Amino acid sequence: MSRRLLLIEDEPNIAEAIRFLLTRDGWQVETHEDGADAVEKITAAAPDLVILDVMLPGKSGMDILRELRERVATRDLPVLMLTARGQSRDRDMAEKAGVSRFMTKPFSNAEVLTAVRDLHAQASRP
Amino acid sequence: MTSLNVLVAVCMTYVILLFGVAFAADRLSSTGRTTWLRSPLVYTLSLSIYCTAWTFYGAVGYAARSGLEFVTIYLGPTLVMIGWWWGLRKLVRVGRSQRVTSIADLISSRYGKSNTLAVCVTLLAVIGVTPYIALQLQSITLSFDIFAEADPVSRPGEGSSAFWVAGGLAVFAILFGTRNLDANERHHGVVTAVAIEAVVKLVALLAVGIFVVWGIAGGLGDTLSRIDASEIGVWQVDHGRWATITFLAAAAFVCLPRMFQVMVVENDDERHLRTAAWAFPLYLMLMSLFVVPIAVVGLEIMPKGANPDMFVLTIPLAQGQETLAMLSFLGGFSSATSMVIVAAMALSTMVSNHIVMPIWLNAQGSGASVSGDVRSVVLYARRVSIAAVLALGYFYYRLSGGGAALASIGLIAFAGIAQILPALVGGLFWRGATRTGALVGLTVGFVLWLYTLLLPGMGAGVIAPSVMEDGLFGFSWLRPQALFGIDGLDPMVHSVMWSLSLNTAAFCIASLLSFPSPLERLQGAQFVNVFDHSAGPRGWTGSVAQSEDLMIMSQRIMGAREAQEFFHSEAVAQGSRAYLPEPNPAFLERLERELSGSVGAATAHAMIGQIVGGSSVSVEDLLAVADESAQLLEYSSRLEAKSAELSRTARKLREANEKLTQISLQKDAFLSQISHELRTPMTSIRAFSEILRDTDGLEPVEKTRYATIIHDEALRLTRLLDDLLDLSVLENGQVTLNMGQGRLVDILDRAVATALTGTDRALRVRRHRGAERIALRTDLDRLSQVFINLISNAQKYCDAADPELTITVHDVGGRIVVDLIDNGGGIPLDARKMVFEKFARVSAEKAGGAGLGLAICREIMQRLGGDVSYLSGQEGGAFRVSLPVGMEIAAQ
Repeated sequence: MSRRLLLIEDEPNIAEAIRFLLTRDGWQVETHEDGADAVEKITAAAPDLVILDVMLPGKSGMDILRELRERVATRDLPVLMLTARGQSRDRDMAEKAGVSRFMTKPFSNAEVLTAVRDLHAQASRP
Repeated sequence: MTSLNVLVAVCMTYVILLFGVAFAADRLSSTGRTTWLRSPLVYTLSLSIYCTAWTFYGAVGYAARSGLEFVTIYLGPTLVMIGWWWGLRKLVRVGRSQRVTSIADLISSRYGKSNTLAVCVTLLAVIGVTPYIALQLQSITLSFDIFAEADPVSRPGEGSSAFWVAGGLAVFAILFGTRNLDANERHHGVVTAVAIEAVVKLVALLAVGIFVVWGIAGGLGDTLSRIDASEIGVWQVDHGRWATITFLAAAAFVCLPRMFQVMVVENDDERHLRTAAWAFPLYLMLMSLFVVPIAVVGLEIMPKGANPDMFVLTIPLAQGQETLAMLSFLGGFSSATSMVIVAAMALSTMVSNHIVMPIWLNAQGSGASVSGDVRSVVLYARRVSIAAVLALGYFYYRLSGGGAALASIGLIAFAGIAQILPALVGGLFWRGATRTGALVGLTVGFVLWLYTLLLPGMGAGVIAPSVMEDGLFGFSWLRPQALFGIDGLDPMVHSVMWSLSLNTAAFCIASLLSFPSPLERLQGAQFVNVFDHSAGPRGWTGSVAQSEDLMIMSQRIMGAREAQEFFHSEAVAQGSRAYLPEPNPAFLERLERELSGSVGAATAHAMIGQIVGGSSVSVEDLLAVADESAQLLEYSSRLEAKSAELSRTARKLREANEKLTQISLQKDAFLSQISHELRTPMTSIRAFSEILRDTDGLEPVEKTRYATIIHDEALRLTRLLDDLLDLSVLENGQVTLNMGQGRLVDILDRAVATALTGTDRALRVRRHRGAERIALRTDLDRLSQVFINLISNAQKYCDAADPELTITVHDVGGRIVVDLIDNGGGIPLDARKMVFEKFARVSAEKAGGAGLGLAICREIMQRLGGDVSYLSGQEGGAFRVSLPVGMEIAAQ
């Protein structure tokens, strides 16, 4: 069972921290910084799970999520969304757009690990 | 033979008797014992001033010349008295309720108290009546002369008797006509004297008639057969002339100033008219009874060439009946004097009220400053006017030479006075009649009368024969006695037809075309509806029909729904099933109170009064209405100002609200941004600190690296907080500037050094230090902070392979500007506007800044009184710092 993960995050330090965590958990982590071509990147990479930042250069995480949900290939793709804005409005918006899990920065590492494992387990269940 | 001296003595005695009667009557009326003075008989007799010397002497002459046509002179007033008594009643009611003093006053009052109109009517009356007065003087003079012929010893000088007569009449009129100021107070003395004179002239004429019929002609039967034999008895009727003269007599009876005086002004009780309606025609009938016999007998027995105008006097004289002749003389004298006195009084009231007083008041300057001395001025003006009117009559008599037949002058005067009729009758019965209409009509009528009758009647020389023959300016249709080509008519009929018909037409058309002033409309309603207003008991009374009118009016003032509710509730309160309440006094009082809330008390009173009547609208009412209107006007203009102010305030509030909303949105966005900017470094810090804590067996290199990240992010966080605090202080204006002196070159040196310290990327800075030697007085630290920010921005964001920043100093329009231009790609056009906003970041690349630097720069420069802006039109990123005026001390 493959555990490939695509991390879309423009903040290099945060990206490095998450990569470190998940790599140690057995994930194959690929990172991408730009929002503009993120959908194409995800479609091409076809990961098992996506971690998506909201405030991205080029295109916002919300828009990326909506586009993903419109596509057949990525409709059920587990997406963990991270945001630094931390307003409840963002959470509502994300849930409407079809987010799998929504987390506010700064997160605890354990939470992220748990969330990723849960999402992956759900997706793998027949 | 009666000597002239005896005649004069009799005259003097008679006049003194009249003086005595007048004086006694005045005394009686002042003590209040005036019952018999106020009898309808006295009123009827006073109306007989219509019968002047012209009627007394002239009627016989008229009959001798024109047969029965003289009857028309009596027929006109008779028809008016019998057939139009209701019109006269209205005239009397209006005159009394409006307290008018003369016919000019009445016309003026009806048409919005127009003095122009009053002056016109006055002038018309003076011009029309002056020949008439001259006529009276002439008749007295003639009768004197007849006695004088018989008494050559004491023959008076030519015309001197007329002079003395005029003088004596002036004294009489002045003494009794101007005793009291208020013309509305009746002149009981004069009226009583006039009544006695009426008796005297009737008795005299009847005595002469009886003497002629039974003393000369030998009884009734003989007289009738003589009449049948003469030409006078032949019933010759010129229908046009008959109708015209009857009409003229009727019109003159109503319009003549002296008739107006006795009929309206001197009227004590409206009911007297009822008696006069039959008694006065009777009087006229008696006066005309013996006219034809006297004329027929006179023509028969008097020598050829004898003046038939004087038959009444000359027949008794010729028959040696000196006492009868004396009585006849007194009758003629009475006719003349009574007319002259009353006419002079009436004219003098008009002249002094409408011409002399306005001029005098004007000459006094402002009318308001006139002292209580006006009374004496008015009396004086009136006395002078009486003297002037009589003098005018006297001079007219002297100038005209007294030649023309008496009757023709009388008719000409009648036709002139009749020009007032359209304005008078229209004013009484037509609410649409306007001041303009009256003015135009009067002018047209007056001019036509002057041109077609008066001037041609004055004899050749007044109007050139060529004009008479060929018309004015050679237009044949402008011939005075054949206007518009209507030829062959009797000049009198012609003139009356044209002047009165065009007068009436002009009056109607101008009235329809012009718009009456509010006062005119009010007065018009008062006049036309005089019976609705002044009849009945005091207090409000009315009918249900008036309730409708009241409702209509109230709806306009209170609003439809409110008015209906009010009326309905009043109807219910009255226990009435009808929708409209009975207009009883209680209801009207409440309505008035209700209305006065909207339009003011005086206006409400006047309005209800207009509809319901019961009280006339006085000048005080009108003034109060005007006052209220002025107040309302002022109030409404204040309201308008208030509402303008309110809408201004509302707009300001709306703007403020929009601004607040915008600020609130900006604040939300700002907080969201701050949250993001704070959470991002904190996320890294937390994540790596957890890694360091939780992960076993980390390589030392890894540990160092992660600790360094935590350290950098903590610094970033600190910088961010510093910037935020700095910006907050700057924005709130709480910053205290630390003013000091320094040179631009030193500030830039320090800024370049600070900005480039500890950076890995090299940025070459090109400067021209010579131009920077400018002494400044400002907050040096803040200014250098701006330069540090700009230089470090260039260091961070200049994307050239070999980054380079050029700093130049110029003088632009008197201000020192410092341009900082790098050789990179610059800022995209659409982002330039945004760069000075908080958290604005142009590129995706992170350079550790939170996007507050330029916002801070802008705030600082604004505090310092200068500016920082993006400089477009350059190759790379370019910023311009404008130093404020007065910042530099002196160039070195």
